[in-house]
Amino acid sequence: MRSETVYLDYAATTPVDHRVLEAMHPYFSVSFGNPSSVHRWGQKAEAAVERSRAHIAQIMGCLPSEIIFTSCGTESDNLALRGAAYHALKNRGAKHILIPPVEHHAILHTAQDLAENHGFELEYLPVDSFGRVKAQELEARIRPDTAIVSVMYANNEIGTINPIQTLAQICRSKHVPFHSDAVQAASQLPIDVNALGVDILSIGAHKFYGPKGVGALYVRSGIDLHATQTGGSQEATLRAGTHNVPLIVGMAKAIEITQSEREIHNHHFEHLRNQILSSVQREIPDVRISGHPEIRLPNHASFVFDGIDGNQLLVALDIAGFGCSSGSACKTGNPEPSEVLTAIGIEDGWALGSLRVTVGRQTTQEDIDSFLQILPTVISKLRNLNG
Amino acid sequence: MGDQRIIAVAMSGGVDSSVAASLLVEQGEQVIGLMMRLWSDPDQPNRCCSPNDMLMARQVAAQLEIPFYALDAQDVFRQHVVDYFMEGYAQGITPNPCIECNRHVRWNFLYQQALSLGATHLATGHYARIVNTDGRFHLLRALSPEKDQSYVLHILDQHKLAHAMFPLGRLSKTEVRTHARSLSLPVAEREESQDLCFLGNKDYHHFLLENQAPVPPPGPIVDIQGNRLGTHKGLAAYTIGQRKGIGLSKPYPLYVIEKELAENVLVVGSKDQLGREQFHINRLHWIDGLELSASMRVQVQVRYKSREMSAEVTPIDAHKASVRLETPLTDVTPGQFAVFYIGDECLGGGVILP
Repeated sequence: MRSETVYLDYAATTPVDHRVLEAMHPYFSVSFGNPSSVHRWGQKAEAAVERSRAHIAQIMGCLPSEIIFTSCGTESDNLALRGAAYHALKNRGAKHILIPPVEHHAILHTAQDLAENHGFELEYLPVDSFGRVKAQELEARIRPDTAIVSVMYANNEIGTINPIQTLAQICRSKHVPFHSDAVQAASQLPIDVNALGVDILSIGAHKFYGPKGVGALYVRSGIDLHATQTGGSQEATLRAGTHNVPLIVGMAKAIEITQSEREIHNHHFEHLRNQILSSVQREIPDVRISGHPEIRLPNHASFVFDGIDGNQLLVALDIAGFGCSSGSACKTGNPEPSEVLTAIGIEDGWALGSLRVTVGRQTTQEDIDSFLQILPTVISKLRNLNG
Repeated sequence: MGDQRIIAVAMSGGVDSSVAASLLVEQGEQVIGLMMRLWSDPDQPNRCCSPNDMLMARQVAAQLEIPFYALDAQDVFRQHVVDYFMEGYAQGITPNPCIECNRHVRWNFLYQQALSLGATHLATGHYARIVNTDGRFHLLRALSPEKDQSYVLHILDQHKLAHAMFPLGRLSKTEVRTHARSLSLPVAEREESQDLCFLGNKDYHHFLLENQAPVPPPGPIVDIQGNRLGTHKGLAAYTIGQRKGIGLSKPYPLYVIEKELAENVLVVGSKDQLGREQFHINRLHWIDGLELSASMRVQVQVRYKSREMSAEVTPIDAHKASVRLETPLTDVTPGQFAVFYIGDECLGGGVILP
């Protein structure tokens, strides 16, 4: 085992930026009040929450009242999909849900639950071999009784970026609410909601060097959602529950840093990522890039290898000191090919051998050099084992 | 990387493998935990790799601060252990799945995986010792005779012994438990597994029927002279030397003397009719890798927990040998293994033929 370890799984989660940590610190025990309280302790906490909301709104180009705080990206996705679907059913009898089959489980399993247990009709938007949704496919399938369309901004597993502006425009012209899961994208892509044209958008702080346990949902004024978590009147009664003040403050700081330093970081990411894409294809036989070769997240490289067990690959890399991820990763030793890779037409023999390498702000040239030096050896050792 | 030793420990969530891992960590070794997912039956999780065992092993690894990984071994386990077990009974023998598990699953599949994943050694919680003298590796019985597991490890060879470690070989079970308690390992008080891990809570005959093993149907029970005494419930339900469960009443106790597969007949008799002095073995394996060229005086053990007996083993060819016991033994059972020793050293063995 290398004592020097290299983390290359920034798409899974990121370390909290020290500036974020600093911003959060006072709100754990000094300014600890409940924002819903009448007294000054409460007022101080409430002010912090509202400052954060205004700050995030400014960065996303929307009104503060259009930002709802949640506990994570998954909760944002749930509120978006369930909230819009229940409202559409109640108000206009709409039951049709359109999503591509390569969505994150937060969307996929929520849509499946709505179809199986709540009377909705789920239709999958076809994707091309890169996992992208084409405008004409949406145009052909959207209906007057479509309750909600949801398409992810960028795919977590294969990095592909969707043409969100075009898809949002189609939905707008048909008066159907459009949601985009931007949880993976927000760390690197612009999230100006007006430029994107989305009605609803999900983010989660831990993907962009913020804390785990906090997320947000943008909901355009005039788009009504049905609350899925009921209780107190927080978040305009759309999301009951005491505000997690320090984490909300941290998310605002994290999004500010991420968006203001975006160009610098993306340049660094792309520089390292492109070396990974080209070196792997040059040095290792029987490998393909999964997802789009260019229209993809700047920090994201993903591959499928023929004749490799993705789980074994992750273990061997971890033992060698490198933390990566795989679509077929399974901690209990029971591998299944990833649904995303299957949906973009990759056959099982390749899909089981997937690898995702995602770089971050802390990644150095030396990290990538040593990773690219060891990967071909690891792959050939495992191929000998399985062959 | 480089010349650094990395020791993979086969962890099961039990006390032995947990203590084996902790001893290596205490010795300053770089240790990783590996656990195999062996069997999946949604209705009847077995006792050896249930989700709870996996959780236990993970907790121990976390406490020891070592990385832990689960590997999928369901296919290889099914093929080499469970199918072998069922086919063995179908052929009228009494198979030893623990030895085949060590041969194919632990010391082939897992061993190869561990080395390919980057480990230099594979350690297990077995009670046995390895010594390296005169350029050769020797497998010795554990210092604690009641825990010795060299019998199931006789399938090892020079190459594997060079990469194998048995940290518990010099300890008693009490010492192992005491060590686990002193570290407050969550597995310190876990019970010993008694039966075959994949049986769950069933007895083996029930397991065979439920899994539709092609076992022989009921047939006649006869005495040594061929007189019919009754009906047996299928030869798979019996093993040589068995006394209980024959289901016949006689003035003297009856024992299973022989299982005649061709006629589907169970031969029973009194205790003095039991016992074999000579038998043949095949799948002969010697740990030192050298073929036997002449007869050799050895101690032989014909079952996992039976006592040693002086014997002479005579080679027939590279795979077969004949064994003559000094005194007849009542538990010489086709399908079980005859394992040879000189003093504490395990030399190898072979499977007993009908």
